[in-house]
Amino acid sequence: MAAIPERVHLTMQVNGEAAPVSFAPYKTLLEVLREDLGLTGTKHGCELGECGACTVLVDGQPVLSCLALALECGGRAIETIEGVQRGPELHPLQAAFADCGGSQCGYCTPGVIMTAKALLARNPAPTRDEIREATAGNLCRCTGYQQITEAIESAATLLRAERT
Amino acid sequence: MNETKKRLDVIGKPRRRVDGRAKVTGQLRFADDLALPRMLHAKLLRSPHPHAIVESVDAEKARRHPGVKLVLTGQDFPVPFGIMPVSVDEYPLARERVRYVGDPVAAVIASDEQSAVEALALIEVRYKALRPVCGPQDGLEHPEPRIHDYGEQGNIHRNQAYEFGDVDEALRNADFVAEDLFFYEGNTHLPMEQQASLAFLDQDGKLQISSSTQNPHYLHRQLSRVLQVPESRIRVVATPNGGGFGGKCDPGGHEFVVSKAALVLGRPVKIGLTREEVFYVHRGRHPVLMKMKTGVTKEGKLTGMHLQTLLDGGGYGSHGPASTFYTGVLTPVTYHYPRFKFEACRVFTNKPACGPKRGHGTPQPRFGQEVQLDKIAERLGMDPLELRLKNLTKAGDLTASWLRVGSTGLEDCLRKVAEISDWKGKRGKLPQGRGVGLACSTYMSGAGVAIYWNKMPHSGVQVLLDRSGTVVVYCGATEIGQGSDDVLAAIVAETLGVDTGSVRVVTGDTGITPVDLGSYSSRVTIMAGNAAVQAAERLRASLAAAVCETLGTLPDRVVFSQGKVFAADNTGAGMSFVEAVTMAEAQLGTLSAVGSYSPPKPPGRYKGAGVGPSPAYSFSACVVEAEVDERTGWIHVPKIWMAHDIGRALNPVLARGQVIGGVYMGLSEALMEEQSFRRLPEKLSGALVHRAPSMLDYKSLTALDMPEVEVALIEDPDPNCPYGAKEVGQGPLLPVMPALANAIFDAVGVRIDEIPITPDKVLRALEAKAEGKAPRVGPDSYPSVPYPEPTFVLPPWEGGDGNESRKGGEKRAAAAVV
Repeated sequence: MAAIPERVHLTMQVNGEAAPVSFAPYKTLLEVLREDLGLTGTKHGCELGECGACTVLVDGQPVLSCLALALECGGRAIETIEGVQRGPELHPLQAAFADCGGSQCGYCTPGVIMTAKALLARNPAPTRDEIREATAGNLCRCTGYQQITEAIESAATLLRAERT
Repeated sequence: MNETKKRLDVIGKPRRRVDGRAKVTGQLRFADDLALPRMLHAKLLRSPHPHAIVESVDAEKARRHPGVKLVLTGQDFPVPFGIMPVSVDEYPLARERVRYVGDPVAAVIASDEQSAVEALALIEVRYKALRPVCGPQDGLEHPEPRIHDYGEQGNIHRNQAYEFGDVDEALRNADFVAEDLFFYEGNTHLPMEQQASLAFLDQDGKLQISSSTQNPHYLHRQLSRVLQVPESRIRVVATPNGGGFGGKCDPGGHEFVVSKAALVLGRPVKIGLTREEVFYVHRGRHPVLMKMKTGVTKEGKLTGMHLQTLLDGGGYGSHGPASTFYTGVLTPVTYHYPRFKFEACRVFTNKPACGPKRGHGTPQPRFGQEVQLDKIAERLGMDPLELRLKNLTKAGDLTASWLRVGSTGLEDCLRKVAEISDWKGKRGKLPQGRGVGLACSTYMSGAGVAIYWNKMPHSGVQVLLDRSGTVVVYCGATEIGQGSDDVLAAIVAETLGVDTGSVRVVTGDTGITPVDLGSYSSRVTIMAGNAAVQAAERLRASLAAAVCETLGTLPDRVVFSQGKVFAADNTGAGMSFVEAVTMAEAQLGTLSAVGSYSPPKPPGRYKGAGVGPSPAYSFSACVVEAEVDERTGWIHVPKIWMAHDIGRALNPVLARGQVIGGVYMGLSEALMEEQSFRRLPEKLSGALVHRAPSMLDYKSLTALDMPEVEVALIEDPDPNCPYGAKEVGQGPLLPVMPALANAIFDAVGVRIDEIPITPDKVLRALEAKAEGKAPRVGPDSYPSVPYPEPTFVLPPWEGGDGNESRKGGEKRAAAAVV
């Protein structure tokens, strides 16, 4: 087996910009984002689709990037935690996580924020149970989830106020 | 401390943590986020055998594999390591022996991970399988083959016995003796971040390693020892840990491997463990079997306790000697036991080594103690709350074992948690299938002695100021998510009267920060915090001396608050903090101060008295409500109430988060978490393998399973603590497990005397109840353990002086007192 496998080249839309990238074809979206595009904000916790730390949005839908082949992402819109910020300002979800204690060690945080962003896009006023259900695939060992739920609730309120 | 009386500007106010922005933007760099040009990748070959002699390792084919730069084996590491000086029993790569499935045997360093993985398969290891020791009883029954050639005897690693006053007599004089057996299954930390390390030679040719470690200082020492490189030529940077919980306290084989490879190759070498490997590294909760005998009077006063524990240690020492002590020593801190005896035995087994997990050795006996109290209350026909209130230790008490209790808010915690949970209205009064349970706990705010014997401070802080008004705090403490950077920033900001936005915190870097022993035993807030107070107070004194003349006041009348510096009796005038710094720098030169902290000397003087003392204990009281489906055994927990005596909450957002996070981890291990093992069939090697080395199979609570937690922080500042703040990271986990067990009893009248409490166990107990048998599931026998003759120490109230004495002498002294 060759030490350096053949590479493929394609272009994804990453955080709103065209991102041409070449990589070994067996690589997951998670690996290409982290290793080939330098976007290390997306974390890996298991590489087996069990923990949710690697969640990114693909065409607006939360996807476990450790289970997605980068090869399949050509031309698709990928959004990672690095694209959430609004210029120099934090997105209301980010601010709420930082202010409400939704992030302790911070390792699961990017994945949860991406999941929450997708939730609020389709349901601007989720109940606590709906928030819990949406984030049940994102494991967190620090917070006990309560302050995560509170952060998402608080951000939802802010985002609704922005829309009106 | 006068600042505890001053109005506080920063301390106690809900505030975004100082590292909050980095975490929500993805900018925080964990170890695995680091990369360097020409970086190589390491992978470890791990043993498929639980116990075997390594006869040979042939790595020739692997060395010739394309992309491979280096293969390391046990022969490259002649010097062993171990976090505790009495248990230096582990090699980065196994030499003659492997001791668990997953023990690392060889390492490949290659240009990319894929090539390294391919090369691992080309390494030929010849093993001669040995009989594995599957559990502590097995180890007691089979002293041969020995897993290690050191320890007490056979496969016993540590064997300890202490008796504080004649406990047999205390039990004889009781109206009745409660005798119970409990078992607590092992479980693991499961941090979201898998361990990762990157080692390289810096511009001066010195070794630097950035690693997800909770204890850079101890890793630094061990690297120097194993690699035979002076500490001055090694720099350890603890990257922010993506969760620790004790799992990143021990140095790991992988850290030595990448360091050695970087030294040999002169190139950066990185490793990231897989999730499966993290389960093998482990160092988590010990499985513990317990026997507890407690004497009680008919009025409900405790007369004494005899506690025996048997620990399944796994294949290496790790923190085991301390863990063994901790299955006993903190038991008498919550309630007054006039006499106390504890015997503890840790046995080596062929499983991943156990070590410190949140609560370190204490959740197991706390579970037994608090469930047993519930049974005692039931037998006495007494409210379990009243029984506890009747036996509480008081502030300043010594225990029979010579621990100084210090401040305690446990009574307030109990009363508060009973009030907010409506304990009186609920206990015994909820419909069949629903119940409430109560339990208490305590934990240390830092251990009284360091892991290795030395007379130096446990924590050091340097604070640097310059004319920009920026305050930089340097400390070896490690941010593992608990908020230690925020603690340091808040304390320094409060003391200097600035906001945390003016403070930059540099931590966990042995190359530039003063030594702090690490993020374990809930020691950072009190120890690094006290060092920070001292450093900041010294700087404030310098500033006050420099500006007091201009302000027309005396140095001790200068007030620092909200970015202003002014005279106490002329608050309208004054100057900005930046002006004060400029004035001081002009007069005194560059401004910096250091502070350090050493805990007070513990009162006990017997050998072993060093484990258990703490400058301050936190206390918690918890009520769990549970609903049990009697057809399926399914347990639903709708709500948990927790009152925690924290002394003072430095940042209430974080303090509350620590409480809820502790409750979560406690409930998760109470209901489902198990680091358990099974034997493969003989035809498949008969190996002892992990049941569930993946996050899917190793169950933990999700957001959907987690109940609401109502938190009450009991704040009465502790004089030994910075701004009065005690620990909160570990204590609130501890009472959850017994409170759940007690709630299940209140709900359906069965006792589950082991953890985890799973539906099948509840069903079995319900079936036993229906058949008229004892409505209980739990261990039914305790093996014969060859505990040593106990070290006998007289309790303080029987004329003891904290030293060991002879038991006969004790009886005479007791008679004299009477």
